[in-house]
Amino acid sequence: MLNVGAISEGFVLDHIQAGMSLSLYYDLKLDESECCVAIIKNARSNKMGKKDILKVECDPNTLDLDVLGFIDHNITVNIIKGGEIVEKKALHLPKEIRNIIRCKNPRCITSIEQELEQIFVLTDPEKEIYRCKYCEGKFKGYKKVR
Amino acid sequence: MRHLMSPLDFSVEELDKLLKLACDIEKNPSRYANACQGKKLATCFYEPSTRTRLSFEAAMLNLGGSVLGFSSADSSSASKGESVSDTIRVISCYADICAMRHPKEGAPLVASQRSAIPVINAGDGGHQHPTQTLTDLMTIHSLKGHLGDLTIGLCGDLKFGRTVHSLIHALIRYPNIRFVLISPEELRVPGYIREDVLDKHNVPYEEVERLEDAMAKLDILYMTRVQRERFFNEEDYVRMKDFYILDKSKMALAKEDMLVLHPLPRVNEISVEVDDDPRAAYFRQAQYGVYVRMALILTLLEVEVC
Repeated sequence: MLNVGAISEGFVLDHIQAGMSLSLYYDLKLDESECCVAIIKNARSNKMGKKDILKVECDPNTLDLDVLGFIDHNITVNIIKGGEIVEKKALHLPKEIRNIIRCKNPRCITSIEQELEQIFVLTDPEKEIYRCKYCEGKFKGYKKVR
Repeated sequence: MRHLMSPLDFSVEELDKLLKLACDIEKNPSRYANACQGKKLATCFYEPSTRTRLSFEAAMLNLGGSVLGFSSADSSSASKGESVSDTIRVISCYADICAMRHPKEGAPLVASQRSAIPVINAGDGGHQHPTQTLTDLMTIHSLKGHLGDLTIGLCGDLKFGRTVHSLIHALIRYPNIRFVLISPEELRVPGYIREDVLDKHNVPYEEVERLEDAMAKLDILYMTRVQRERFFNEEDYVRMKDFYILDKSKMALAKEDMLVLHPLPRVNEISVEVDDDPRAAYFRQAQYGVYVRMALILTLLEVEVC
């Protein structure tokens, strides 16, 4: 078993679908930060068989839970302070997401007016369907486009 | 301040009120002849349209108001690269209300977010066309006497036909509505209408390819044109354009009180021999369109006529 040292302050994202941690690293813009990050791929998991884990040493308030909830609301978020887990945050599908994904509909106004915010609205929480606020085009699903 | 982006922006009660006002305008046009004196309607049409634009202009002129605007993107500052947001901010300084048609879906919504005056979506790409829906509802209400308990056949281009999408959205709010969706496989109603609208609200519907199979059960037949401008590929358009042609022989299969509606313009999907059939209601529909747009302008401008 690979050992990665504990972090003193930051967050640990557990139960990431195996193979998705690197995408998540970029989606959370961790590549642009100065934080110390550990990416653990294909760790053994009783629940999932295999899973990925991200350990990030930084101010926990910098974590965008909406982005994370949209990407995969089954991820476990552990907030670490003083080397201990002080809080477990539940993720929810955000009602609206801004500037995370782009509308692919060539007929949508966002295809020609680049300065417009890319806004998607959760129209069916059960089926986890997001639609473009402007053209109502359906977002096909995060994992499928990756 | 209110805008109209989708037929669902009005509740059923508000729609009833609007249709009632439109009916009163039809009966007493002189009472409304000066209701909008001194008010201006801007018609911002980024793609060609004859009847929708003229219907809006006729509506405003009938109310004693005046109109200004443009009828293609080439004759507007859009050709210089101006955004919809900037254009509407400027138009807000010149007019009291704006009707906008745009080939890009969601453009009128963008305008409404930046506008200081009410914006009416006069058609945005293949997305919504709420004033056509108001026209359709008024036609059905006036000629059938009710908006519930109807089997409605929607025929033709159900994929890109925005009038069809808007009409489905509006009609599902009335009781006992059933749809027969008549289209070739390639032009079926989009998934989001089937899943999020029809299935979600448990509205009964069936999908068929042959118009003949549906005729006998319909109270309303809503024909649409296969629109060349919605296709990226000319070959696909040519293959689809003559798929349905309503003629006397097909009309013989229909109920005696069925109504044929069409948003117009038609090309060849309704044979001219059907025009004299008393069930052909599409030219009366165009007249109702003016009354309902008059009612809409009055409502959005909050003009009360005593």
